Amino acid sequence: MGLKEDVQNTLGELALDFLECQGDLSVTVPKDKIVEVLTKLRDNLGFNFLSDVFGVDNSVFYEKLAKAKAKKKKGEEDKEEEPQGPPPPRFEVVYLLLSLETNKRLAVKIQVPEDDLVVDSVTCLWKAADWPERETFDMFGIRFKGHHNLKRLLMWDEFPAHPLRKDYPLEGQGEERILEYND
Amino acid sequence: MEVRRPTIEDWDNPGDLVTINIGPSHPAMHGTLRVIAQTDGETIVSAEPEIGYLHRGVEKLGEHLTYHQFIPITDRLNYCSAIANNVSYEMAVEKLMGIKVPEKAQVIRMIMMELARIADHIVCIGILGVDLGAFTPFFYLFIQREEIYEIFEWYNGARLTNTFGRIGGVEADLPEDFEERWRKLLPNLKKAIDETDKLLTHNRIWMDRTIGVTAFSPEDALSWGFTGPCLRACGVKRDLRKDEPYCFYDQVDFEIPVGKHGDVFDRYIVRMIEMEESIKIIDQAIKIYKEFPPDAPLMAKVPKIIKPPVGEVYSAIEAPNGELGFWIKSDGSDKPYRIKIRPPCYMVYQAFPELVQGEMIADLIACLSSLNIIAGELDR
Repeated sequence: MGLKEDVQNTLGELALDFLECQGDLSVTVPKDKIVEVLTKLRDNLGFNFLSDVFGVDNSVFYEKLAKAKAKKKKGEEDKEEEPQGPPPPRFEVVYLLLSLETNKRLAVKIQVPEDDLVVDSVTCLWKAADWPERETFDMFGIRFKGHHNLKRLLMWDEFPAHPLRKDYPLEGQGEERILEYND
Repeated sequence: MEVRRPTIEDWDNPGDLVTINIGPSHPAMHGTLRVIAQTDGETIVSAEPEIGYLHRGVEKLGEHLTYHQFIPITDRLNYCSAIANNVSYEMAVEKLMGIKVPEKAQVIRMIMMELARIADHIVCIGILGVDLGAFTPFFYLFIQREEIYEIFEWYNGARLTNTFGRIGGVEADLPEDFEERWRKLLPNLKKAIDETDKLLTHNRIWMDRTIGVTAFSPEDALSWGFTGPCLRACGVKRDLRKDEPYCFYDQVDFEIPVGKHGDVFDRYIVRMIEMEESIKIIDQAIKIYKEFPPDAPLMAKVPKIIKPPVGEVYSAIEAPNGELGFWIKSDGSDKPYRIKIRPPCYMVYQAFPELVQGEMIADLIACLSSLNIIAGELDR
């Protein structure tokens, strides 16, 4: 039995969507169930090692997809226009899991909308999530509920923006020029 | 017997503790690391590392460069073993595009990566010795490291930042006299490792300074996400070269050294044995290499402009410090949509407060050197 079926059986309805790419499997789960899902995967399927946690800003990705779709539609104009649903959540948080026994890897993803940037912290399951979660907060502004020390990791504390968001310019916004030094 | 280490809660008045700021500009802090320690006398009650002094925004930069342009940036991650970073990134892109690399190129990559591993371990052990006051082994080892860099320079002109390989293979065959150079280097390298071993391993002072210092349990190490020599020193037999073989690692014969206590001494010993195992791997790889005809292909068929299909992959290799992985998401254009680097020492260094709690300040320096924290890949 493949990994996909195993995950499907273990998670049941919690597995919203699967994506397979070059042999890498990733599963999307509901945002508020992430601790439950990771506990299940750890205890039942042996995914006992957390490799990494990070965020992805998908805003530009969705724009491109919509454009490509619109282009396709122009070609076949007879088709009726599909009803447009609400835009998909902007951010994604990805948890890379690894099973030390079987050496299988699995990516667990949750989608985080821009108006609700709070996610449960998984530092209660793995201590390894400590800095990666802080970095995700630093770079994307996603807050982790239950994290013991959620402050900026790489940028300085007074930094006003979240630099890995797609709308942040590559050359910065001149923050270092207005930096005030506290005594 | 469990030794209870003092925590900050044991003090009714934490103002009695002395706060010491070490770094970022301190000779023992490798340039850019900063630790704020609360001390009771010389004992560390709590330590908080602060990172980000070498943050260059490599991941953001990657979103604005094409796939090939990002290879030189990966040199600057772990600059002690740039070749391992290059190959790890190239393998991730190749996986994303479904390219199969010619076998001869894989062997060349393997030989170069193992040379880089030896160079990296030499830096780690040499600096560990210097930080503990043993200056001589540093010179014995660094002369040989220089020779390894000569080979790199012979191959593609660069010493430290190699920009080795291309997506889909390697750019050039090994120089004709490569084996000759290796044979010339080998006895000296073995001798240097041997001399270091004689100088340090059974040295009374060295043993007192390293054995039992910052010991770590395997359960804690796994929970903190340790990989590489630091995890193996704790007694977990895990090496991606054996567990998820890539290149020709499943066809060569080598051992994985495993420690027991996870202290500074075990980390040192694991690295020492790994260097010898790497020599064994290179010897066998050269044998495999010689079986290929001189005109065997070195590059797979790769389009000039690399545009991987939409998708996301994660690919990891065993870099000298541990699992170095790249997660790449492509949106179908010629630039990666998002690159996430999983550096090994990032995970190791976040356990630093737990490692050094209850130890002396001098042991903090020993611990830091033995973990081989490279700020380039820590801050990215």
